Amino acid sequence: MNDGISKPESGAYPASAFHHAANLKKLGIDMQDWDYVVALAGNPNTGKSTVFNAFTGLRQHTGNWPGKTVSRAEGGFQFASRHYKLVDLPGTYSLLTTSYDEEIARDFILFGQPDVVVVDATRLERNLNLALQVMELTERVVICLNFIDEARRHKIQIDEHQLTRDLGVPVIPTSARYGEGLPKLLQAIHDVATGRMICKPYRIQGEAAALKRSISVLVEQIKTLYPALPNARWLALRLLDGDERIAEALVRGELGDLGQHK
Amino acid sequence: MSDQTPISPEDILTTAQSLRWEIGRDFHQDLMQDIYADAARITDRAVTRLDRNMHFDLDASIDRIVTSRVWGFPLMILLFTLVFWITITGANIPSGWLAGLLLDKFHPVLKAFSVEIGLPWWLGGILIDGMYLATAWVVSVMLPPMAIFFPLFTLLEDFGYLPRLAFNLDNLFKKAGANGKQALTMMMGFGCNAAGVVSTRIIDSSRERLIAIITNNFALCNGRWPTQILIASLFIGVLVPAHLAGLISALSVVGVAMLGVLLTFAVSWALSRTILKGEISTFSLELPPYRPPRILQTIYTSLIDRTIFVLWRAVVFALPAGALIWLISNIHISSASLAEYLINFLNPLGILVGLNGVILLAYILAIPANEIVIPTVLMLTVLSTGMHEMGQGAGVMFEMEAGSGIMALLQAGGWTLLTAVNLMLFSLVHNPCSTTLYTIYKETGSLKWTLISAVLPLGLGFSLTVLVSQVWRLISGIGSPG
Repeated sequence: MNDGISKPESGAYPASAFHHAANLKKLGIDMQDWDYVVALAGNPNTGKSTVFNAFTGLRQHTGNWPGKTVSRAEGGFQFASRHYKLVDLPGTYSLLTTSYDEEIARDFILFGQPDVVVVDATRLERNLNLALQVMELTERVVICLNFIDEARRHKIQIDEHQLTRDLGVPVIPTSARYGEGLPKLLQAIHDVATGRMICKPYRIQGEAAALKRSISVLVEQIKTLYPALPNARWLALRLLDGDERIAEALVRGELGDLGQHK
Repeated sequence: MSDQTPISPEDILTTAQSLRWEIGRDFHQDLMQDIYADAARITDRAVTRLDRNMHFDLDASIDRIVTSRVWGFPLMILLFTLVFWITITGANIPSGWLAGLLLDKFHPVLKAFSVEIGLPWWLGGILIDGMYLATAWVVSVMLPPMAIFFPLFTLLEDFGYLPRLAFNLDNLFKKAGANGKQALTMMMGFGCNAAGVVSTRIIDSSRERLIAIITNNFALCNGRWPTQILIASLFIGVLVPAHLAGLISALSVVGVAMLGVLLTFAVSWALSRTILKGEISTFSLELPPYRPPRILQTIYTSLIDRTIFVLWRAVVFALPAGALIWLISNIHISSASLAEYLINFLNPLGILVGLNGVILLAYILAIPANEIVIPTVLMLTVLSTGMHEMGQGAGVMFEMEAGSGIMALLQAGGWTLLTAVNLMLFSLVHNPCSTTLYTIYKETGSLKWTLISAVLPLGLGFSLTVLVSQVWRLISGIGSPG
């Protein structure tokens, strides 16, 4: 799949890409030879590296234990004559605390604005937490249910259509180890990246009335300042939580040019 | 709040600050609970479990045994003993074969060739007696055990055993005042301490992360496994009848590794009660599914990723070290060589800690890579015993049959069982290699913690070997000092 690097024939497609090329460059990703950037997020040890290798054709050893991918791995693949850069983020359980790994994953999604974030949600009830948090950050999400063969072995049936309806983003069952479901996953990534599919991600519910009020006050202020921001609600939540990194980014104006299509 | 005036980022922060008072202190926790509740609700709608009770769950049954209170630890020791037994018995033959080829066959040919093309004696010495022989030793001593050990270790990892091991140890780490995830970073350290130190990034609390970084060195690493395996099979294996030698050697290596685990707990406990006091954070460790290991692919990737990688690193360090060793052995000041001065200088300290000057000098030369300790020890022993007739002159890393020849050489160098035991202990407990130290510096950004990570194990190592040799000498009645 990875058949070398070549420049796209016309500038038409990349023009509609969503990613923030300047910020990506600061994060160490040069997008010059790529049309889209796809980030791979997931809990530790859910087979993220297996998915990554299946796409990029790399044979990096994938360990069967948490914490294997400590630093960021990068690769690329081609689909429908578009060049995709694939970035494997460190495995995290959430994006709401401030461990080093979570910050790397969070900053990449927030500032780099990848065209698609693939969230690996293998063991659904536990792993969906992260997916829901990513969906607050960006709406261009594809969820991958890896190890579907394991689920079958344990006689667990997962209705991916129901999940797609509930979550508002494509949900694709795969077994990356055996190559099952990967073509569908690639198609979904392509559809979201090119804008052929518009996601309507589920928003976290059930906040107390006081919190809801506070969020809407803050969201309104943030939107007045930066109308194009796609994730004002998430930012409001972070500011309410006292996240210093986000407060700093706000003051320094790092958030200002996010969300504007280039 | 007025919407008329333009809003600045600072205004938003002020608003957030004042709103924080309204929403209450449990906001973060409430939010997490909301997310979990949403996730559970959505999952429930989409997931159906068929024959929930009738299905026999193989994973759960294996887990009940592997992580059981009674069987967990004995099983761990059994598995590791098996791995080392296979490594030790399996590595002997190819090791001897490689030594025969690289040292007995190639070395004289190269030597003759250098004379033929008229290389100056000192250049031939540095290149062939120094660099080539150091590299040849590293390859013949390290390659066979690594080529057997790493695939086996990787199979355990691939199968899903290591996370269970971490699960077994998790509780002990918490009792020691450290983070449960340290069990995982320790497992990583068994491969390479530098990698282990990097992997501590998965620990959120900086206090617990520092504990994990400082103690990672007690996880016996790639560079040190071959030293342990070689010394154990030479000195410990010969104490018992031949058919038990492999097993006993394996058990002694497992013993040293277990001592490392114990030290990890003890030092973590001490640190968390002294210079790194604080709250213990909790986390839940997920046990991944067991997977049938894909044996061929595992062997392939572990050979490429680990064996070749580690061997390459050893060779890169062996080349300059070989040249350096040859130089200090051949630069003479009055009647003795530089190396002899250094060895004699270090000898009193060496004898005190139950080692000798040769071993200490080897450890100083091997700071860049622990892999080359044994080859360096052998070469320096040749020099200090003056067994020149066995080699081809001072500074030549020795050519002889692997095994018995090394044994004879070391005994001539004054080695006893005590020296061997102390070398195994010191190899476990001393300062991390320079790569690991550099990684610690990069990860902590602090000279202070890097220094502590180096000095603490070194001091502990000296105390341990002094203690062992004093007790040993008392018991064996060879007379203790004072």
